[in-house]
Amino acid sequence: MSELAAHDAHAHPPGFAHQFEDVAQQKEAGTLGMWAFLVTEILFFGGMFTSYIIYRSLHLDGFIIGSHLLEVQFGATNTAVLICSSLTMALAIRSAQTGKSKGTIITWLILTMILGAAFLVVKLTFEWYPDYVHHIVPGAYFGFQNHAAWGANAPYVQMFMCFYFFMTGLHALHMVVGLGILTVLVIMTARNKFSPEYYTPLEISGLYWHFVDIVWIFLFPLLYLIGGRYPGS
Amino acid sequence: MSEHTEQGAHGHVVPIGVYVAVFLALMCLTALTTGVAYIDLGKWNTVAALAIAVVKMLLVVLFFMHVKYAHGLTKVVIIAGFFWLGIMITLSLSDELTRGWEINPTGWTSVIPFLHHLF
Amino acid sequence: MSTATADIHHDPVESNVNYLNASYGIKSWLFTVDHKRIGLMYLAVLTFMFTIGGVAATLMRLNLVEPQGALVEPETYNKLFSTHGIIMVFFFLVPSIPATLGNFLIPIMIGARDVAFPKLNLLSWYLFVTGCGFAIFAIISGGVDTGWTFYPPYSSLYSHTPVVIMALGIFIAGFSSILTGLNFVVTIHKMRAPGMTWFRLPLFIWAMYATSLIFILGTPVIAITLFLLGLERLFHVGIFDPAIGGDPLLFQHLFWFYSHPAVYIMILPSMGVISELITAFSRKKIFGYSFIAFSSLAIAVISFVVWGHHMFVTGQSVYAGLVFSVLSFIVAIPSAIKVFNWTATLYKGSISYQAPMLYALGFIGLFTIGGLTGLFLASLATDVHLNGTYFVVAHFHYIMVGGALMGYLGGIHFWWPKITGRLYPDLWARIAAAIVFIGFNLTFFPQFVVGYWGMPRRYAVYPAEFQFLNVMSSAGASVLAVGYVIPLIYLTWSMRYGPPAGRNPWGAKGLEWTTLSPPPTENFDVPPIVTEDAYNYPYAEATHV
Repeated sequence: MSELAAHDAHAHPPGFAHQFEDVAQQKEAGTLGMWAFLVTEILFFGGMFTSYIIYRSLHLDGFIIGSHLLEVQFGATNTAVLICSSLTMALAIRSAQTGKSKGTIITWLILTMILGAAFLVVKLTFEWYPDYVHHIVPGAYFGFQNHAAWGANAPYVQMFMCFYFFMTGLHALHMVVGLGILTVLVIMTARNKFSPEYYTPLEISGLYWHFVDIVWIFLFPLLYLIGGRYPGS
Repeated sequence: MSEHTEQGAHGHVVPIGVYVAVFLALMCLTALTTGVAYIDLGKWNTVAALAIAVVKMLLVVLFFMHVKYAHGLTKVVIIAGFFWLGIMITLSLSDELTRGWEINPTGWTSVIPFLHHLF
Repeated sequence: MSTATADIHHDPVESNVNYLNASYGIKSWLFTVDHKRIGLMYLAVLTFMFTIGGVAATLMRLNLVEPQGALVEPETYNKLFSTHGIIMVFFFLVPSIPATLGNFLIPIMIGARDVAFPKLNLLSWYLFVTGCGFAIFAIISGGVDTGWTFYPPYSSLYSHTPVVIMALGIFIAGFSSILTGLNFVVTIHKMRAPGMTWFRLPLFIWAMYATSLIFILGTPVIAITLFLLGLERLFHVGIFDPAIGGDPLLFQHLFWFYSHPAVYIMILPSMGVISELITAFSRKKIFGYSFIAFSSLAIAVISFVVWGHHMFVTGQSVYAGLVFSVLSFIVAIPSAIKVFNWTATLYKGSISYQAPMLYALGFIGLFTIGGLTGLFLASLATDVHLNGTYFVVAHFHYIMVGGALMGYLGGIHFWWPKITGRLYPDLWARIAAAIVFIGFNLTFFPQFVVGYWGMPRRYAVYPAEFQFLNVMSSAGASVLAVGYVIPLIYLTWSMRYGPPAGRNPWGAKGLEWTTLSPPPTENFDVPPIVTEDAYNYPYAEATHV
């Protein structure tokens, strides 16, 4: 009997893919693959970070004015929300690693989703919509003609707001995708796919979720805290 | 068969205490970076904000993303990603920030063009 | 190379179950996760896209037989060269060898059953087809006229062509190539057979690994760049818009950060093929294995720090230009190392001149010319004169067509017996290779001359004194076209009527030559264990039927 048939006689957990020799190889391959994907995300967001760095260097005053249009409390709150969601995600994975019930795993996953959704609600309700109402969304209705104090910096304020919306928009898009991934994970957990032997989809989705958190960790100071918030800044 | 870790499929289980400690550190650092923004440090505001952000990122990467317990290959991959981003930023800035530099050096500094900008 | 116990002198008869006949019906192909079938599906789509790009080129060359333009209005000509460039770069050359030969061969060459993520592999194919669909839709909607480089502000503010649709097609195709590169990197790291250490890998694998690094590190940047361009077109405001302080040169930095490494995506796999062909048809161990392996990595790394040489005359600072110029000279070194090593491999080899070898030898000569003319362009002072002329066009066609495409054709012919289980008629293949070589040089050598004399590129009309060379170039293009059509005929013919190939018709070294032709779905009838270095000639024997 060929070696391939003998190999199939071993018991493998559900989710094992047969191009691999064993679950360990599958986990390593999956993890390496997700890290390679996150590197592509570093470069993807990185294009906007590069552009941001260039324009901030050249037009700092306009960027400071633009940054002060944003409200720090919402940015800070959202940062805290995402950090909480990273904790709950890590605990969800740990629950699978240590053989906890699927109810436990699902609870942590759903908490993560709630926190992620809260992030988006804060963004939409308290930031983007008021920005739209106050005419600081870039485009034809950008209200800088109402702000004579901006003077020669006015075009660069609009440039900053472009960065604000493009970068937080792209980040929010990744959050939405993350929520979709978490939904799939909840369903997979409910269907008993995971065990201490095999929880690779949870692990690699966790990597994605933490990455999206890290992007925000940088976006918060780079967008909300330019030029400081002390009196006279 | 190809390389894989001695731990097999189970991976390293991080104690809950470590996760909670990292979480608290991240929250404190968030409060710190927000608070520091309200203090006038001039140019150092930006440096402080970025330094704190880097520390937060390292905490998430090393502990939440388990890189502290991972293969060397994982660390190489991550470093490569940031290094390449660095290339993109550095060389683009090398153009954008030097557009105004004069290109008619005189005297001995003409041997190395950029020195003229410094003297 | 392997100690597989199957007796290569007594192959099972043609009725063995292989990946082609293991299951039938369109659904067994459209829902396959077999890397070999996916490679063939890519081959079909890529041949179709190449034809579209070729039609655009044909119309261009027909127009250029007369100084005032023989065929089309300038506005249409702009759309033709843009279409030609976009299709050939993004929808043919970038995926060509990786998606076809890479997909087919990588798992077999390393002794694995499949790639690390077979379903992701199929998704890559569907993404690619979707990208092609958007591109074709954009062409049918009139085509874009921005050039394949999409420079703003023309592309963002002024062009009235379907830029966003075309950009979306490229974005999606880019995602396809990211996933392919990711798949290959993980496969090569984690799924090598027992005994297959890094330094026993075929050099094709090293080349594909280096290419995959560029896929992963570079492609996301073109993705975000086109995404930002699309946003600017849709919302009439964006970060390249001069009215709000935007710098159009920023687009160029971001664009070329990918697009220069992209040209190495296009040539590295071909160099990997050439390494395989030269050693097989000299029946001699490759000279300087480690040098060639490391030079592939060096090319991948250095390719990322030279992009500014596309921007010497666009307003980039002189200082950045100096830095990029020096680095562009350095990037030529690893390529030269390869050429020297291939040549040294030929020396005192037992050389045979079947079609794959003809393509390989043609590659070495034409790539050398293309590479050396690149140095003219890397030098700041000469680039001021040559940039924007046909000299540049000739330079990159020598590399892309004389280099990459010849490697692609050579590889297709070399591994055709493995892929299909059939031999093609080598006499016709050699005739076609000769026609391609002659047609290619007739087409593109005059362009060096006419470019040096000052004829600008991307122009529908030109000064009358350049007509003779333009007519020669267009005539050469028709010869080249014949050279491309002939293989389509005999390769297709061979799939039904070609004699059975057997496991190793070339007597070559490599794990792929130890398994059946065509291979079974799981690649090996006996799972391989590797005990020898690569290219361990002269112990192989030909097994012609």
